[in-house]
Amino acid sequence: MSVACSSGTALRVDRVSFRYRNDQAGRPWTVEDLSFDVRAGEVLGIVGPNGSGKSSLLKLLAGLLRPSSGQIRLGSQWIGHIAPHLLARSIAVVPQEYVQVFPFTVAETVLMGRFPHRRGSWWGMGIGEESEHDLRQAHQAMVETDVVALAGRLVSDLSGGERQRVMIARALAQEPAVLLLDEPMAFLDINHQIEICALIRRLQRERQLTVVLVSHDLNVASQSCDRVMMLKDGRIVQIGSPMETITPESLRAVYGCDVVVDAHPHSGRPRVTMPA
Amino acid sequence: MTPVSPQLLTSKPPTLASNRHDGGTAGHRDEWRRTGTTLTHRRWLGIMGALVAASVAIGILCLQFGATRVDLATLLVVAKQWLGLGSVEGDGGGTAAIIMMHIRLPRVLMGFVVGGSLAAVGVTLQALLRNPLADPYVLGVSSGAALGAALAMLLGIGASMILLPVLPLCGFAGGLLALLLIYRLAQSQGRLPVHSLLLAGVILNAILTALIMFITSIMEPNRSAGLMAWLMGSLTAPGYPALGVLVGYAVLVLTIVMHQAHALNVLTLGEETARSLGIETERLKKQLFVLTALLTGAVVSVSGMIGFVGMVVPHAVRLVVGSDHRLLLPASALVGGMFLVISDTIARTILAPAEIPVGIVTALAGGPFFLYLLLWRKDRML
Repeated sequence: MSVACSSGTALRVDRVSFRYRNDQAGRPWTVEDLSFDVRAGEVLGIVGPNGSGKSSLLKLLAGLLRPSSGQIRLGSQWIGHIAPHLLARSIAVVPQEYVQVFPFTVAETVLMGRFPHRRGSWWGMGIGEESEHDLRQAHQAMVETDVVALAGRLVSDLSGGERQRVMIARALAQEPAVLLLDEPMAFLDINHQIEICALIRRLQRERQLTVVLVSHDLNVASQSCDRVMMLKDGRIVQIGSPMETITPESLRAVYGCDVVVDAHPHSGRPRVTMPA
Repeated sequence: MTPVSPQLLTSKPPTLASNRHDGGTAGHRDEWRRTGTTLTHRRWLGIMGALVAASVAIGILCLQFGATRVDLATLLVVAKQWLGLGSVEGDGGGTAAIIMMHIRLPRVLMGFVVGGSLAAVGVTLQALLRNPLADPYVLGVSSGAALGAALAMLLGIGASMILLPVLPLCGFAGGLLALLLIYRLAQSQGRLPVHSLLLAGVILNAILTALIMFITSIMEPNRSAGLMAWLMGSLTAPGYPALGVLVGYAVLVLTIVMHQAHALNVLTLGEETARSLGIETERLKKQLFVLTALLTGAVVSVSGMIGFVGMVVPHAVRLVVGSDHRLLLPASALVGGMFLVISDTIARTILAPAEIPVGIVTALAGGPFFLYLLLWRKDRML
């Protein structure tokens, strides 16, 4: 973190291209020749139409996919060269959907976030209990996401918004420097969207967390992000503040349709609506 | 050099949590521990201790029943004799001693090892396939192992089993092939819905059973009768050497799987999340596939096809101790052992002096339970 902070850059993406291995050679790149920085402590939103490579890009940032060419640096190191459990202490991922078929409790689920930090003997790896420090970190994460009261409940019994907060708590228990969120507000009712949006802002402020979120919802990105990156066909169309990127012109270029963009009455940020 | 350390977080001024909940945090953590919301060594030892005690009690109880009843007093005499503490008193003790030491004790021990192994394999497969209805029998892994072992018997290479465990290894090969096939099916569509996975298991079972039937049909009648009896699942006959081999496999496999128990928890979050938490999932899955197939092969080659233990037992245990594999795995192994020992006792007493294959008892107990889960507890399964 210290490295990332001093340079002001959390993640540096340098000429990264990616194509799924089973794609035919003739098909275009999923992500093509991308270069950008994720600044330390910012909330960066990635938007774009379906199939623009948003989720693939997030997986590349998480180290879950390897670039076909180019490189991604965390601080001074290539993420491909960082041992998986060490990377997991710096970058946490909240997936789009989370289905738990086994009756795990909320507390157990959040404690799984401590996995990359576990220590112990060969045997203790299997059956060792969590340390006091693990419990403290998990508890802290649950307080920040306001799920402490749910500790003993089964994850499978929760509502979508509650489950999303539990998954964010699990990611926070990793004590990451960078949090990657894939469509954190999809499938959520408006009240839960507001909740998650506020939570992301609070985490940025209080944990100095760097957040990258993927969203297909332009208004979510506009309201919750410091900067927005607009992707089309795996390439960057625009990157900058919401004011700079979310304009009728850029939206026409990306989505091929006309929309109304005005200022949000409270935040003054761009607001996108359908034409009447 | 550590790439990025989270020191920033710890050195930061008080966050929301400490502002809001200062003083209350320790209380919550203690409460989690007390109520079993999180696993503690104390809870682990308490539950495992109780299960070990129950296993011993059930073992002693079941030793008494069979074609002839041996009461507890005689049992004690035999035990004393065996330990060299008492002298031989009359013929009765002698006959009882032979029944005990050469027939019933190895059989009860075999029941524990086979039942425990099947339950542990079930738990592991369920985590691996993220499917609470996974079971080596239902998915066709047992059939694959049985086909491998039957093939070895047909070719007459099973005879040297004690020296070289050919049968378990053939069973391993067959079980691994079946497992990989099922997994490829499951993986081709992300997480395979439970019904599709079961359907794949049914089809695979049908094919493998047909092949096994083919083998029995081309065998000499007296050998094929033995093969059929073995296929139906039975704990008879094996004796101490086979028991020793099986214990070896079980200890080896369970030790390694236990080492990964914590990782199994994380694996249930989904493969990508598990990777983002630092687990090398491909390696872990390969390791677990080989281990589960190895143990299934060993168990099937000795005791044939005993179904549903791997599904019913973990399900019941989960309801009581929760889903944490650090406790679920060893607890299921012990309960699986008890379940099979009791089932086997029923199998050898219900029509005494005749016996029915224990596989019939477990199928009649487990099958309806399985249907119940499938029909009325859908919410938890899908």
